[in-house]
Amino acid sequence: MAKIEFTLNGEVRQVDIDPTIRLLDYLREDLDLTGTKEGCGEGECGACSVLFDAEVANSCLVPMGNVAGHDIVTIEYFSRTERYRILEKAFLEQGAVQCGFCTPGMIIAAESLLRKKPKPSDAEIKIGLSGNLCRCTGYNMIIAAIRQAAKEGEGLW
Amino acid sequence: MVNHLLPETLEEALEALARKQHLLFAGGTDLMVQKRAWAGLPRNFEHPVLFTSRIAKLNFIEKRSDHLAVGATCSLEMMLEYPDTPDLFKTIIGEMASPGIRNHATLAGNIANASPAGDTLVGLYLYDATIVLKSLRGERLVPIADFITGVRKIDLAQDEMITEIRIPHQDFTHIDYVKVGPRKADAISKIAFAGAAKTNDLTVSDIRAAFGAVFKTVLRSPATEAMLKGMRIADIKADLASICEAYARLLQPIDDQRSNKEYRKAVAINLLARFIKSL
Ligand SMILES: Cc1cc2nc3c(=O)[nH]c(=O)nc-3n(C[C@H](O)[C@H](O)[C@H](O)COP(=O)(O)OP(=O)(O)OC[C@H]3O[C@@H](n4cnc5c(N)ncnc54)[C@H](O)[C@@H]3O)c2cc1C
Ligand code: FES
Ligand code: FES
Repeated sequence: MAKIEFTLNGEVRQVDIDPTIRLLDYLREDLDLTGTKEGCGEGECGACSVLFDAEVANSCLVPMGNVAGHDIVTIEYFSRTERYRILEKAFLEQGAVQCGFCTPGMIIAAESLLRKKPKPSDAEIKIGLSGNLCRCTGYNMIIAAIRQAAKEGEGLW
Repeated sequence: MVNHLLPETLEEALEALARKQHLLFAGGTDLMVQKRAWAGLPRNFEHPVLFTSRIAKLNFIEKRSDHLAVGATCSLEMMLEYPDTPDLFKTIIGEMASPGIRNHATLAGNIANASPAGDTLVGLYLYDATIVLKSLRGERLVPIADFITGVRKIDLAQDEMITEIRIPHQDFTHIDYVKVGPRKADAISKIAFAGAAKTNDLTVSDIRAAFGAVFKTVLRSPATEAMLKGMRIADIKADLASICEAYARLLQPIDDQRSNKEYRKAVAINLLARFIKSL
């Protein structure tokens, strides 16, 4: 066990936990924050993406020990922001959501990308999403959605 | 009860290592996959884990007079974004994994993992990088080619850890890097080639070639390189066939499911030939 202090969704938390437990399990099982999904469990699919110090991270590969001192934001908290609303609208309008399993991770990856590159080229969007798999949409609609969000949300990122 | 550690200073970490064997843990992007457990359960690490991520002193990247120094917890993404990272490393890292992985994966972890398919290794061999190891006993500077001793084998004592990696500044006039793999992101590479040369007018004053995933470690041939140094570019090109043959004798691809030996060897030699022709 180890005492770990970090910020989760805007709140400072102190937990006494086995530091080898995955952040993904802590979120889903201890806190019932199930918007973060488990797909592959080995870093390949991005369904488990969260924001770690405002940048995308695969929570299935991050043990609680590496969360100490950092700022974690999950889709539940991000969904309260204006930037989320822009992304949600764009995803819906572009038909970028089918089964929805990949969507929380895609939104997190998009947020991380747009914060670094508010006006991304298509190539940059593809790099930004390269860790996120979608079995339904074929990606073109997701890329179009991010392009739309970047335009409609200009100034927000 | 296993006692995992999250030290905040290097001294604390080195004292713990001197006391007892620990598993050094950086970004975890190799370790979490290698030690997969059922969802919800702690990982099954055979030793207490020492997380390096809190050691602030190791989280840096810095250009010094004769080398670039990369701290043991510096992420690959941080290295990618650093202005003075050599282009070769930007290319290599840019083709590795995905941003989410790169935000946590470290150069130290890629080296210590010592997989023949580790992507940064060809670059580190080509640049003659040095690994800095520390323990309570002192410091050792070990050339990358000596540090990696075999497949997943490294020259690291139980009480030591990597604290930084030094990449010497080089003034190559030619540089080439090719990774042949099934998919761009998230693919453990099948074959990698990196070549570099320094030419002035008609002669070659420095020429290097490094092959990844066609031998138990990254392969360079100091003897062949020494022979080519000082030669005229035209003569090197005229000798292409025998140079390729010399390398072909050295390459011993490990046969695994990823692709067969002969294919790997042929591709590696073609990449070398292409590089030499480009001089
Ligand atoms: C989806 C996915 C895609 C990937 N794609 C690629 C790819 O394209 N190319 C590639 O090369 N790799 C790839 N990898 C592998 C991995 O991301 C890299 O090897 C990474 O650089 C490992 O760094 P880490 O900090 O995560 O290492 P960790 O998992 O923390 O550790 C790896 C090893 O290094 C040791 N170690 C860590 N720090 C130290 C230290 N300070 N001193 C001594 N030993 C230490 C650990 O004990 C362990 O043996 C991929 C992994 C995943 C999950
Ligand atoms: S569940 Fe983490 S990347 Fe697939
Ligand atoms: S919408 Fe089904 S996986 Fe992407």
